[in-house]
Amino acid sequence: MMGALQWVSLVGMLLFVQSVLAQNAAFPPTGAPFSVTDDRGRTVVIEKAPQRVITLLPSLGEIVCELQACELLVGVDRYSNWPEHVKTLPKLGGLDDTQLEALVKLKPDLVLLARSSRVTQRLESLGIKVVALEPQSQEDMHRVIQQIAGALHLDNAKERAEHLWQSIQQKLEAVASRVPSSAKGARIYFEAGSGYFAAGEASYIGETLKRLGMVNVVTPVMGSFPQVNPEFVVKANPQIIFMGERAATDLKTRPGWSRIEAIQKQRICSFTPAQSDIVVRSGPRIPDAAELMLACLKRIYPE
Amino acid sequence: MNAAKVASASKLAWQLGFLLWLLMMAGALVGSEGWAWGQVQADASLILDIRLPRTFGACLAGALLGLAGALAQGLFRNPLADPYLLGSASGASLGVAIGMVMLSQLDVSPWFVRVGITGMAFMGAWLAVALSLVLSWGVQHTLRLLLAGVVVGVVFGAIASLLLVMFPQIQGSVQSFMLGSTAYVSWPACGLMLGVLLVSWGVSVAASPLLDGLALGEATALSLGLPVKSLRWVLLVVLALCTAAAVAQTGLIAFVGLAAPHLVRARVKGMHGKTLSLSCLMGAVLLGAADLLARGLMAPNELPVGVLTAILGGGYMLYLMHGMTSRSAGGKGGSA
Repeated sequence: MMGALQWVSLVGMLLFVQSVLAQNAAFPPTGAPFSVTDDRGRTVVIEKAPQRVITLLPSLGEIVCELQACELLVGVDRYSNWPEHVKTLPKLGGLDDTQLEALVKLKPDLVLLARSSRVTQRLESLGIKVVALEPQSQEDMHRVIQQIAGALHLDNAKERAEHLWQSIQQKLEAVASRVPSSAKGARIYFEAGSGYFAAGEASYIGETLKRLGMVNVVTPVMGSFPQVNPEFVVKANPQIIFMGERAATDLKTRPGWSRIEAIQKQRICSFTPAQSDIVVRSGPRIPDAAELMLACLKRIYPE
Repeated sequence: MNAAKVASASKLAWQLGFLLWLLMMAGALVGSEGWAWGQVQADASLILDIRLPRTFGACLAGALLGLAGALAQGLFRNPLADPYLLGSASGASLGVAIGMVMLSQLDVSPWFVRVGITGMAFMGAWLAVALSLVLSWGVQHTLRLLLAGVVVGVVFGAIASLLLVMFPQIQGSVQSFMLGSTAYVSWPACGLMLGVLLVSWGVSVAASPLLDGLALGEATALSLGLPVKSLRWVLLVVLALCTAAAVAQTGLIAFVGLAAPHLVRARVKGMHGKTLSLSCLMGAVLLGAADLLARGLMAPNELPVGVLTAILGGGYMLYLMHGMTSRSAGGKGGSA
């Protein structure tokens, strides 16, 4: 037992030394396997740098591209549409109807997908390396960016991940500093889906809104994306409502909602479908999402 | 008279067997590019790893559902009975919903990863049937059993819906399970279904005299000296096992279990030993054909296979009914 532990720590140290060396080298590291414990709790060892990568969740593809590794992608899911490059790649279906055969034909050596993806077990049984990653919060995204950079065996993986994360934070800070002071502290309600599904303060969308100085009427104890009672929203009387463009059209017809301050003063921030893609994905475009929210805040609180 | 019926039974068996063989051949050829006849050699491993297991899997799941449907209709003496009538569909959905919720939460135990969604569906289906049997105090009263199945189905379905409302992120996954899919069947899953099918088929054929007796009424069955109670238990367990095995691997596939026995009886009327086996074949052909169309019609997109079974099976059944009513003006239905 002791021997095994020592051996493991020795290997661990070797790996550490190797990865430090690799980070300082200008050429791709060779040999050093990277092991990643994914969101299913499964540890996947990636021996060598993957050359053909498939992502089955838009935010994961966005992270890969933001790590300057877009050229490794050979296929993406149906909903991926950013950056431009992924639009040229084969589309392999969605979370629940992934086209298994088309995917296998692309001969991927790594597939990044969502935790609840239906195809996971089947891909593993075909001997394809699968890593399930799904950032649930902004802090979580920091971890996922690092894991992806490592799993892809990128040069200077750690620095690159750190650089991306820092640039996201800096941009977010820059956006937050431009929020009109009259808008700060506003009570807001963010409707993430039809049927009164709200994005609470605990969600990554809520985190961005908090950074912008907004006060979410859906508190963290209510969960990340809870379904709320319409009456609750009326009582909470938000000063700004964020929602999708289509849902915003019948806002006034909702019983009792006409007395909500946001609706009376027409402080509604609605997003087009293309904008919604940016706002609701938990990907590296959080600063862009914040920018969209800021644009609306500036419109309804001109200084 | 009897000889003619036997002849037509074996004729139907040959026809179905031939169709099944054709489906297997076509199943190897239809892939992500649609009907690709030319490139068989190029895709040898693709065919072996993906197309063949899903074709076999579809046929096996269809056979299991066909057998389960024939058993359900015989046991309950009700032509509207289908494999899901003891609540196994709702039970399986609930199992999948719970599994998806667990998967979408952060820390999943390694135990759960091994059981997987397939295992959860299987256990859910069993739990529902077991609960129905407990609530009906056994198997003696057909009506009580049916009602217990309905109640369990409604309650489990309601709990599953509650989970869907509480965890909206699982909605897509659970819905796609409810529509059924044959796309992700692997070889081990085929082996499992084949094992279950062989055992279930053997047991049901051996126990089929009960169904023949029951067709004449419960009193007649008892007076024939059949061990009605114990055989009923055996067949109910077989019914639950077949359904759970098929549902776990391919989701809730509609209509195959209901339609397959009817399609058989429209051609052959005879002892249950024969119709049970023919229902297996019929179910296999139905789901095999639906699987083929599901991947071929709109390739590379897949249609939900459950939708196609309903259209295929329903259409053929309507056609048969139409033929029956116009032939015998009295409109005598084909219920056994």
